[in-house]
Amino acid sequence: MLASIFNSPYFYPSIYHWLVLSSALFSIGIYGFLTRKNAVGILISLELCLNSGALNFVVFDYFRGNHIDGKIMALFIIAVAAAEVVIAMAIFVGMFKHKKTIDVTEMNQMRN
Amino acid sequence: MQNFINIFTHGIFIKHAWFVLAVPFLSFVFVGLVLRPLSKKASGLIATLSISVTTLFVYGIIAECFLMHRVPSGAAWQVPWLRYQDGLSATLGVLVDPLSLLLMCVVTTVSALVHLYSIGYMRGDEGVGRYFAFLNLFTFSMLGLVVAPNILQIFIFWELVGVSSFLLIGYYYEKPQAVAASKKAFIVTRFADLGFFIGIFILGYYGFQSFSRLGPTVPQALSPFDFAYLTSPAFIEFFKHETYMIFGLSIFSLTLILVFMGACGKSAMFPLHIWLPDAMEGPTPVSALIHAATMVVAGVYLVARMFPLFVASPEALGLVQCVGTFTCLFAATIGCTQDDIKRVLAFSTLSQIGYMMFALGVCHGGNTLGYTASLFHLFTHAFFKALLFLGAGSIIHALHTNNVWEMGGLVKAMPITHLTFLVATLSISGIPPFSGFFSKDEILLSAFINHQYLTFVIALLVAGLTSFYMFRVYFLTFWSEAKWHGHVHKPQEASWTMTLPLLLLAVLAAISGFTPIAKWIFYTKSQVESHRLFFVPVFGVLVAAFGFLLAMLFYTGDRKIVDHVVLKFAWMYGVIKHKFYIDEVYLWITKKVIFRFIAFPVAWFDRRIVDGGVNLAAWVTRKTGWLLRFLQTGQVQTYGIWLVSGGLVMLLVLLTL
Repeated sequence: MLASIFNSPYFYPSIYHWLVLSSALFSIGIYGFLTRKNAVGILISLELCLNSGALNFVVFDYFRGNHIDGKIMALFIIAVAAAEVVIAMAIFVGMFKHKKTIDVTEMNQMRN
Repeated sequence: MQNFINIFTHGIFIKHAWFVLAVPFLSFVFVGLVLRPLSKKASGLIATLSISVTTLFVYGIIAECFLMHRVPSGAAWQVPWLRYQDGLSATLGVLVDPLSLLLMCVVTTVSALVHLYSIGYMRGDEGVGRYFAFLNLFTFSMLGLVVAPNILQIFIFWELVGVSSFLLIGYYYEKPQAVAASKKAFIVTRFADLGFFIGIFILGYYGFQSFSRLGPTVPQALSPFDFAYLTSPAFIEFFKHETYMIFGLSIFSLTLILVFMGACGKSAMFPLHIWLPDAMEGPTPVSALIHAATMVVAGVYLVARMFPLFVASPEALGLVQCVGTFTCLFAATIGCTQDDIKRVLAFSTLSQIGYMMFALGVCHGGNTLGYTASLFHLFTHAFFKALLFLGAGSIIHALHTNNVWEMGGLVKAMPITHLTFLVATLSISGIPPFSGFFSKDEILLSAFINHQYLTFVIALLVAGLTSFYMFRVYFLTFWSEAKWHGHVHKPQEASWTMTLPLLLLAVLAAISGFTPIAKWIFYTKSQVESHRLFFVPVFGVLVAAFGFLLAMLFYTGDRKIVDHVVLKFAWMYGVIKHKFYIDEVYLWITKKVIFRFIAFPVAWFDRRIVDGGVNLAAWVTRKTGWLLRFLQTGQVQTYGIWLVSGGLVMLLVLLTL
């Protein structure tokens, strides 16, 4: 019985499931990016978007012949994201020192 | 002695003919850039020295031509300058043939003497360095003009002499009249050069059309612009039979008339003569060099240079004759009434150039003696007219006035000036054995044997008028009662730098008539010496003597006689005195017609439509920017929304496609 469940093709998620997952992640990221006021929250939302992209690489790699290159690309994305986070956090620290806040709605000196 | 002669038998001078252009140019650059701010004295010295060297070099070329017993023709030295394609190129070069040698001789001689004279005349002036630099520039340009082997080079130097003339007329730039005169000279000659330029285009077009076919048959023709090609029988035959007509004139005649328009502007022929009298605002040596001896005869030179073309077109040559004859008479009548000594000389120059022009023009009658006569008169005129101007400059220098009625009694005070002025006056009046007699006689003869009797009679009349107005100036200046007693200084001769050129020019003015110029300068050799009519010179001398007697009667005795005559012909006198109101007509045309009906609407169009269009574009851009400004909130998330919605729209578009 259990074995039949494990052996059923419906038990294993297909590419569609994965893509729905990554789309959901991406949408959540976008939503967060557009609504959060805290700069760190926005950064986290952006990380979600990035990760959904990385997930897409892995998924397409797995379902399209399982070569290694998509996974390597995902590793690159993770590395780039880490670097980006460092820079962004440094900017936020600088911003906070300057303005005593990291609320992005306050950062409107370039308006008009 | 033999060793000295041997120098001239190697052909070195002809081979290095570029020297003639290089020296004045380098001297211009050196004096203008280096010496001008440093030293006034050195500027004048170096400028004079370099032109003297050039003069000696030109004499060297002439001596070579004599001693080698052959007259060179064609470019002695040439460099390619603009190469467009095969059969269409322009060169810069030095043409050595009898005609260019004659002009080179005149230009360098007069220029060297005027340079020397200027050292004395301009002493104490602030801008002496500038003056000498410009004078060198002028000499360079004029030499480039006369040695040009092709019509493009002649045009370039034609403009350069125009510029140097402009700069020198406006030398006293603090004087508003001088500035106005220089502008007038430049604009009038530029207007005439427009015709010349169009003429060059048409000539170049037809030259290029035929060059691949006819060019190889013409020796020494490198490009369609070469005079060697343009004046070759093959090209003239081709161009003459072009059937294209405008205004009932063949394109051939029309082109020549356009070229002649340029010549008219430079030589100040009626109706483009208005700039020359005003050009007397420049320093007097400049008037002697540019506006008497050299630049103003460039038009005569141009017609002479293209003479084979003109001979083939009776219409163009007829126009040359008409314009020349009319200017000759017209200017001579005005010359009789002017009070400014330099203006009398300016109108006399106009009249004498008129002689040269119609002497070329009468050749359509079939006999080309006029060609020789014209250039002979150019040669002699250069010396005696330069001498007259330098003499006038000497008087002005001593008395500080231009008005002949304020002079007088200078015979004792300025003996050298008096003597040389007398020689020049006798020469221009055509009294034998002075030079003007020979050349004027030849001109009269050429008019007579071509059966141009009206021109002949007018020329005789003008010979009388010339004698009259020149002796009028002479008697008023030297013999009448002295009116300068109120002056602090007694007028006296200036330094040797001023009197030496006067004496040298007086020698030249006296003897240059004996030059056997017809041996080298001719169009058809057989026609030059075939005619000698006894009564022509007799008439000429009689008329001149009559003019002399009339002037003596009027201007040595009581002034009442003059006043009586003037009152009797008051109306006519007024018209002539105001130069037939030609200047006023020009002013009316420019101010009332051109400014009002052309310049004003054009200015309106420029300001409202052209500038308005530009301003409108700027206004629209500014307003759009002002509106778009409000889209820039400074909120990063607003931009994010724009980004995402834009991305979505793109996605939708891609999906629906």
